[in-house]
Amino acid sequence: MDFSNSKTEELFLQMIRSFAENEVKPLAAEVDEQERFPMETVRKMAELGIMGIPVPKEYGGAGGNVQMYIRAVEEISRVCATTGVILSAHTSLCMAPILENGTEEQKQKYLPKLASGEWIGAFGLTEPNAGTDAAMQQTVAEDAGDHWVLNGTKIFITNAAYADVFIVMAMTDKSKGTKGISAFIVERGFPGFSIGKKEAKMGIRGSATCELVFENCIVPKENLLGVMGKGFNLAMKTLDGGRIGIAAQALGIAQGAMDETVKYTKERKQFGASIASFQNTQFQLADLETKIQAARFLVRSAAWKKDMKQPYTKDAAMAKLFAAETAMEMTTKAVQFHGGYGYTREYPVERMMRDAKITEIYEGTSEVQRMVIAGHLLK
Amino acid sequence: MKIIVCIKQVPDTTEIKIDPVKGTLIREGVPSIMNPDDKGGLELALRMKEQYGAEVTVITMGPPQADLILREAFAMGADRAILLTDRKFAGADTLATSYALAGAIRTMEYDLIIAGRQAIDGDTAQVGPEMAEHLGLPQVSYVTDARKEGDKLIVRKESEESVQTLEVEGPCVLTVLASAFPARYMSVAGIMEAYGREVELWSADRIDVDEGRLGLKGSPTKVFQSFPKALKAPGEQFEGSAEEAVELIVRKLKEKHII
Repeated sequence: MDFSNSKTEELFLQMIRSFAENEVKPLAAEVDEQERFPMETVRKMAELGIMGIPVPKEYGGAGGNVQMYIRAVEEISRVCATTGVILSAHTSLCMAPILENGTEEQKQKYLPKLASGEWIGAFGLTEPNAGTDAAMQQTVAEDAGDHWVLNGTKIFITNAAYADVFIVMAMTDKSKGTKGISAFIVERGFPGFSIGKKEAKMGIRGSATCELVFENCIVPKENLLGVMGKGFNLAMKTLDGGRIGIAAQALGIAQGAMDETVKYTKERKQFGASIASFQNTQFQLADLETKIQAARFLVRSAAWKKDMKQPYTKDAAMAKLFAAETAMEMTTKAVQFHGGYGYTREYPVERMMRDAKITEIYEGTSEVQRMVIAGHLLK
Repeated sequence: MKIIVCIKQVPDTTEIKIDPVKGTLIREGVPSIMNPDDKGGLELALRMKEQYGAEVTVITMGPPQADLILREAFAMGADRAILLTDRKFAGADTLATSYALAGAIRTMEYDLIIAGRQAIDGDTAQVGPEMAEHLGLPQVSYVTDARKEGDKLIVRKESEESVQTLEVEGPCVLTVLASAFPARYMSVAGIMEAYGREVELWSADRIDVDEGRLGLKGSPTKVFQSFPKALKAPGEQFEGSAEEAVELIVRKLKEKHII
């Protein structure tokens, strides 16, 4: 596999880096402090086509590849992890399953508005009693003849407060366990659907994470996504793709913390010399830089396999596991290098450390990633 | 409306290295960008395209690598791109550069020519005005706003001393300030198409010029010496309110016995 950038990718990187630096970075501290969804940034991303990078042109997207989308998540997360996950959840968890499983009518109806960023997407699988054990779905979908009736609650849904379209898992046949789960496309305005309480979180505080509440929610028959009873598979496949996005987010956070640490250790003088001149600093930064680069190769490799239509479940799990743990380690050490200043909100590494933690938890905890990797290894 | 925008690829750095023997800039290893004032010029052209409808052509003179800024211009919304590239253009000073650009433009149809005020690698601000002279066109430099009114353009020209509102008849040359036209980003769709489009390569034979006036031969400017500005003392940065800043500056000036 070739990790060099094509000319098109070079041009894309030039744009996305300058966008992240000039439009996303200046808002990052405020978005965190005020737990504010950066709608103005989402609108700007929409205008430039960033909300629909890997969606084919015939469905209103930019016709780019997974690799480009992943680079966008990485570069944006480098300066603001909240904005990074908004893009990742929208693209990987909402547009991707429609693109990969939708009927032509569903694709025509939903993708152009999502890819243009007019609509924001979200994904609902997790429930109060169905986290890692996602098969324990309590949300039910009853066949009421010409429509479905959904009842239940989803929690921790990224983008929920501002999303227009949700991919939702529900039990269509409780007796069949995971084979009784189906996926639905739910619009914000469907009767009986509402957004519940918003979570107060440690990090990625602007991402508008909320409950979804279904009270006799009426979903049209044609909004079943994919095959009935195959929703669990669809959700797992969707999360495989999502994990590359979160791995890229983690990689971006790690790189952002490294950027800050390199700058700070060169400026900060103690004992008459910059702290970057101390070998302890140098050795630790060398190790961290190596891990970040290793994470980058894992992320690129998983994205490349997805682009090449090769199996990538294990690759995505390894990329997410390693990138998330690298992000946590890098940001924790970044705070340490910044000393007392690093513990204050005057420097961005404090936020980055809080943001990094979630990458070890959502879209499958690090333990789940290990289960997936071992499962492939030992089968 | 047909608008031609002249753009230049420049090294993106404040730490420009200079060849000690030749006294010219060393460009290798330095990232290259579209000159900021020129990008402002392209932004003005694209706004006019949106407002009045126009075909926007970007033209640059440079080595084959200058292709990059033309692709960027495509991704921002330019319709056509021309690269003037030929060994005969090499070593051109501002006079020979403006002469070559004018020679190319003379073979084209246009209603308006826009250039950046100046390039960050030379800061001469001469190429735009010289080009207007070669073409015998009216010109307005230091432009911060331009709109169409009938067949005429109403243009705002800003200098340190004054702001003038001028009426100018087309075709004409405007040289613009980047600060007045914050440039748009390339769009993802534009980027996806940029390398699938054709950049027209024009050599000296293709344009309307006397070849003796091109490149080094046509360049009367002799570089006597180039040197980076030596830093007398490292700068210091402070943050604070306007009042605090004034107090601080006055204190510093007194410390140095300037006031």
